Amino acid sequence: MGLLDRFKAQRELHAQVKSCGADPFGVKMEKILSATEALIEGRPTILCGSNNYLGFTFDADCIEAAKETLDTCGTGTTGSRIANGSYHDHKALEQDLADFYGMKHCMVFTTGYQANLGAISTLAGPNDFLIIDADSHASIYDACKLGSATVIRFKHNDPADLDRRLGRLANEPGNKIVVVEGIYSMLGDHAPLKEFVAVTKKHGAYILVDEAHSMGVMGKTGQGVVEHDGVLDQVDFITGTFSKSMGAIGGFLVSNIEDFDILRVACRPYMFTASLPPATVASVRKSLAKLRANPGLMQKLWDNVDTLYEGARAAGFTVGAQKGPVVAVHINDPALAARAWRALLLNGVYVNLALPPATPSGTALLRCSVSAAHTKEQLQSVVDVLSGVGRELGILPTPAHAVAAE
Amino acid sequence: MDAVVAEIAIALQPFKKGDIAITADTDIAQDLNMDSLAVMDLLMELEDKFDVSIPLNMVPEIATVGQLARTVIESKKGA
Repeated sequence: MGLLDRFKAQRELHAQVKSCGADPFGVKMEKILSATEALIEGRPTILCGSNNYLGFTFDADCIEAAKETLDTCGTGTTGSRIANGSYHDHKALEQDLADFYGMKHCMVFTTGYQANLGAISTLAGPNDFLIIDADSHASIYDACKLGSATVIRFKHNDPADLDRRLGRLANEPGNKIVVVEGIYSMLGDHAPLKEFVAVTKKHGAYILVDEAHSMGVMGKTGQGVVEHDGVLDQVDFITGTFSKSMGAIGGFLVSNIEDFDILRVACRPYMFTASLPPATVASVRKSLAKLRANPGLMQKLWDNVDTLYEGARAAGFTVGAQKGPVVAVHINDPALAARAWRALLLNGVYVNLALPPATPSGTALLRCSVSAAHTKEQLQSVVDVLSGVGRELGILPTPAHAVAAE
Repeated sequence: MDAVVAEIAIALQPFKKGDIAITADTDIAQDLNMDSLAVMDLLMELEDKFDVSIPLNMVPEIATVGQLARTVIESKKGA
């Protein structure tokens, strides 16, 4: 048997998806035109699946900060923080983030994936318990595999279910850490954090919140769902990423826990990988400073969310239950979803095709994400193209049918 | 043991391939239409049915319905 033969199931699934006429997981951006537009197959295409929530990838100040640092600090650090040392900006960014969250400590990681991988696998020891939301991101599941704790899964966004499962562990002596996300990346719904925090405290457990998709998006100042639900002072750990609203790459962990810095010599995904390039750190510092100086940026984002979410809903699509910058258009059949995805691309609209098992409960999604940098016209045209494709493929009733049904 | 296997068999009905009966020897990955997500969801359902904790860490060690039943029984004892 060949080394890669065991991926038969993945191969068949991928072939099936590619039969729509293109590879949804291998899209080539020939030229990036702006935060919201790229050239794909020679066509100018609206990017509506990039998680670029505040549009900072092409912000002039962020680019300037990165360029200056590129000149003064070079292209990379060529090693990890513990081996090659920390640059001024690594420490400064950690200070910025600790300050932003009003927490004592911060550790910056090279990706958001590694922030979860490192934080979760290191915080919970062999005698401890991780109690994770069933719809957790792959980075949380992988962290559980990397670590040595006992792992229990609870029903998605269900505090009563968490309560029951923590109750069953009442006589277990180990520490318990509950892991939830702010906004969930696939359906765009957010955690009932107030309830989760109450349940967690009742059982004497810790709680870690991943704000990857909600930092710079929710809460008055952009801290995320912790701020939206008024529980920042009651959560023990927050992780997040710089690759969504911050427009770059990297991840972080903030906390008030005593002796935090011991993690720097215990957390393998922090210790054994090269640290962030200084130019990236500089652009993230600038993005964060701009968000803090002007939280009104988020208002533009939410106005845009209205246009796409309400537009898609009014057109007759089933969208995620909670309104937010991730707008998940449900298509029941994965093959049909792939055809719709292809038709959108041919009409100059790029969204993400999300298929099971990456999606919850076997649903296929045309996953759209909204940016503050989108114009209203761009989003209106996404709604128009989406509606046209929906009618053409029979996902939406054609006007004639709609009239006949009345 | 037999009672637990019978309960698990009921929970597995939606994943049956054809008319083949589910027994203690049924291989969960090979004999049923289940992916890893479905297996994790099944564990959650059984946790509630038997009021036990079945950690995800057990998944690699559970191949057959019989092994799953034994895991449930042992969790019950430990509780």
